[in-house]
Amino acid sequence: MLEVREVSKSFGGLKAVDRASLDVAPGEIVGLIGPNGAGKTTLFATIAGFHRPDAGTVTFEGKPITGLAPHRICAAGMVRTFQITQPFAGISVRENIMVGAYLHTADRHLAAREAEAVAGLVGMKDQLDQRGADLTVAGRKRLELARALATGPRLLLLDEVMAGLNPTEIVEIVGVIRNIRASGVTILLIEHVMQAVTSLAERVYVLNQGRMIAEGTPAAIADNEEVIEAYLGRGAAKVLRA
Amino acid sequence: MFDPAFLFAGVLNGLLAGGIYVLVAVGLTLIYGVLHIINFAHGSLLMLAMYAVFYLWRLIGIDPYAALPVVIAGAFGFGFVLYRLLIGRYNHGRDENILLITLGLSIVIDNVALLFFGGDTQTIDVPYAGTFVEIGAAFLPLPKIISFAASLVICAALGLYMAKSDMGKAIRAVAKERQGARLVGIDVENVFAVSYGIGIACLGAAACLLMPTYYVTPSSGHAFVLVAFTIVVLGGMGSFAGAAVGGFIIGITESLGGLFLGEQLGQIGISLIFILILLLKPTGLFGSKA
Amino acid sequence: MNRAALLCALGLLAALAYPLLVPNYLVTIGMLVFFTAFIGQSWNIAGGFAGQTSFGHVVFFGTGAYTSTILQVTWGWNPWLAWPAAMAAGGAVGWMIAVLSFRAGLRGSYFALITLAFAEVFRILANSVPFTKGGLGMLLKSDPRPINFQFKDPIWVYYLALLLCVVSLLIAWHLTRSRFGARLVAIRENEDAARALGIDVFAEKVKVLTLSGAMCAAGGTFYAQKYLYIDPGIAFGVDKSVEMLLVSMVGGAGTIFGPLIGSFTLMGINEVTRWLASVVPALKNVQPLSLIVYGIMLILIVARLPDGLMSLFRRKRRHA
Repeated sequence: MLEVREVSKSFGGLKAVDRASLDVAPGEIVGLIGPNGAGKTTLFATIAGFHRPDAGTVTFEGKPITGLAPHRICAAGMVRTFQITQPFAGISVRENIMVGAYLHTADRHLAAREAEAVAGLVGMKDQLDQRGADLTVAGRKRLELARALATGPRLLLLDEVMAGLNPTEIVEIVGVIRNIRASGVTILLIEHVMQAVTSLAERVYVLNQGRMIAEGTPAAIADNEEVIEAYLGRGAAKVLRA
Repeated sequence: MFDPAFLFAGVLNGLLAGGIYVLVAVGLTLIYGVLHIINFAHGSLLMLAMYAVFYLWRLIGIDPYAALPVVIAGAFGFGFVLYRLLIGRYNHGRDENILLITLGLSIVIDNVALLFFGGDTQTIDVPYAGTFVEIGAAFLPLPKIISFAASLVICAALGLYMAKSDMGKAIRAVAKERQGARLVGIDVENVFAVSYGIGIACLGAAACLLMPTYYVTPSSGHAFVLVAFTIVVLGGMGSFAGAAVGGFIIGITESLGGLFLGEQLGQIGISLIFILILLLKPTGLFGSKA
Repeated sequence: MNRAALLCALGLLAALAYPLLVPNYLVTIGMLVFFTAFIGQSWNIAGGFAGQTSFGHVVFFGTGAYTSTILQVTWGWNPWLAWPAAMAAGGAVGWMIAVLSFRAGLRGSYFALITLAFAEVFRILANSVPFTKGGLGMLLKSDPRPINFQFKDPIWVYYLALLLCVVSLLIAWHLTRSRFGARLVAIRENEDAARALGIDVFAEKVKVLTLSGAMCAAGGTFYAQKYLYIDPGIAFGVDKSVEMLLVSMVGGAGTIFGPLIGSFTLMGINEVTRWLASVVPALKNVQPLSLIVYGIMLILIVARLPDGLMSLFRRKRRHA
């Protein structure tokens, strides 16, 4: 469904992403993990059209989308959320979600109905009339999800939707993400915290210093020496084994 | 088409005007560089300082150059208080908001001036206004040369202050990294107020240097505000070297524009430069950040 | 029928009856309220709804005023034909400024300043090129017949201004209920998020500035037809830009009735200061006094009431 091949992106000499590749098949939940500053968000932004890659290609459902503008990529059926939530602060949750729904309908009543349906799916039914600015962190994360979902994507790129949430809220949002997948949406998600990913993803990619260093099931990744070292520092794997 | 001597005189005149523009622009760029706000009231505050110089001369008979220390100190105090009472409270959030607040401020200042000072054009007759100095083929008015030199001295002094003094260092630290500066114990709000004060003090100095050869009306601020923004954008927002070079370029552009295109059309150069820089190279000549 | 619709209908009836009941002097004041609300609304559509704050909206106003005037004076057009042409010219200028500025990625304060510079370029050009007659300004021949878009009785000018104002309110109302409007608001609130949700931010911003430019130009022609004289300072001066911004900001940027309420308020302040000046001889300069009040109001509104005077009404309604 999504093929990322050898994508590189640098900012003023700093290679944020270095020849990274990944694949997502329809119906999967795929995780992308890595330590802070590994380049996960940059890779996401590049896939979603917010940065133009210096090299490499991105293909979505067989069509090349490398370097397309974000709104074109969204219209093609792939949408991202933001790690640092970006609510439309001055308008209601309902209006926020309607902006997403307006991607495929110009009808206001239809968009409003869809917004309510999506709000139900992510558990925001009671907050429809709250202003974006008045939401809690957890509420904002859900709103990110809801707005993206309302565009009717086939692939959802989630950037750290669990960061900053407490354990109860994480359990809730994991349930929400499972429901979304059950409704037929494929998901690629970034997480900083490995535990969150292992409970959701079938396959995991590990990015470190801009490069893909491992790929596999969460269990296999957790045992991978290179991954452990990336997270804990050089020599850590040996220490843990000992 | 034009006599080279004529051109030479035009360039020299432009340089002299540019010298004072530098002072105006340095104040604006300092405020931007440290506080990240665009001070739309800059022109109006300059106009106010020019009236202060005018009335010091008219009522007490103080020569504009002799008024420098008083006006600089007064302008600093005015800026400091203005920041504490108004600007500083809203120096956060959307950048258009502070732009609108300084726009409101400029409307108030312009019209207070109109109300109290009237709409007439005011000038100061200094005894040395008619003295000319011959440089090559150009005759230049003595006060313009004095003002030019004084402006450079003041800019150099400010540069020295920023480089050597504790406050100067604190200002530069805040401009670079305000969170970091806060963490090492710098009173950032105070630095903001002082920076705004210094920015306005530059206007006080510029007012003293302008008045011997220039006039003031309540709408004088309008004439300067776009010029000052153009210089700052041309040099790169927040860059001192940029403000200096930009000031001279704009001074010369204005002077030559007037020569070649006439009084009316000549002013178009500044606005065009402003537009082109923003469209083509918003970081300006010396700017690093967009 | 709900309460809001009833209030609007009553307001419209009152506005229609008003000029029949008051002396001509007050008819003209009413006309100015609606006219200013109209050009304010043109600012509000771009600056309020879409968040593209402009400091140089007068560039569209002047383009409209000069286009229709030149077409009449130099080319002998009928003003009713010149009017749509002026709107097209205003729209074209809006399109051009939008494409240039937004292509270059200008936002926020930078966009505000570049519009100011564009207005300045137009002012200087109008002052210098022969076909505008330079600083002399342009006179329209007085021939007060409806076919000439000139009216003997100020009541007709009043009704025309009212019509413009109502049309602009309908446009704003449409924005609050349409996809286009929702997208503009999304762009104002957060451009990156809007982009991620499939909005072609550049295209929408170009569209809104084109629309706003055309509207504002229509106001320029109206002004020229009313006063039969324009010059570069009137048509492209910074005062009108500030006026448009002020009425929207004071009334409530991004709201349907903001510009109208702002226009009422400012005209009210004008009249009060005029009255004050007639009573207190020391205050013989009226103009600066009311502008001082406007400036203070702008500061207070931005600092304390970001949604303008409209939010006072809304807050009350919410509590009720």
